[in-house]
Amino acid sequence: MAFVSPNITAFAVEATEFPDLARRYRVNGVPKTVVDDEVEILGALPESAFVEQALARFPIDGP
Amino acid sequence: MPLISPSDQERLRESLAEMTRPVRLLFFTKTLDCDTCLQTRQILDELPPLSDLIAIEEVNLILDGDTAKAYGIDRAPAIAITYEDNGSVADTRIRFLGAPAGYEFISLVQAVLLAGGRPPQLSAESRARLAAVDRPVTMQVFTTPT
Repeated sequence: MAFVSPNITAFAVEATEFPDLARRYRVNGVPKTVVDDEVEILGALPESAFVEQALARFPIDGP
Repeated sequence: MPLISPSDQERLRESLAEMTRPVRLLFFTKTLDCDTCLQTRQILDELPPLSDLIAIEEVNLILDGDTAKAYGIDRAPAIAITYEDNGSVADTRIRFLGAPAGYEFISLVQAVLLAGGRPPQLSAESRARLAAVDRPVTMQVFTTPT
């Protein structure tokens, strides 16, 4: 997603090496995705569901 | 001693052969208080022998703070993946924090292939969603080594 969108930066974070980040984002299970400290996605989802949840704040204008 | 078995090296070499442009991995490190910096360097050093198009550039987080800041990196070990596009450096905006061991190594190789010119595998629907992202977004995916 980061590669396709010039506005997205993506970090793969190794949780055990950075316990402060894991604590800050309440990582109790992996994978856990945090988008802008606002959206949290737990577990692995199919691509369409993942993209939909991650980008819910960016609706596509349409009818 | 190589971390990757000869048969895995051969498979990796075949995968990386589809790369069409140079990829540079910026490895952010620091001398003190970094338990996994050496391990990360050892993992990264496995890649250039498998493809002439892969290079590793070490960046000291403390001594070269400006570069780290430019890539949004404030910890070590960290990796930023860049590639050469028509003679200039392009940023994939893909980062790894922590040693890319276990399954993360597979993710790293996938990111290198993407930077190296393999077409993104996202659906047309996902691309349309991504086109609506009109301001900076940071995504963090937390994983554990397995």
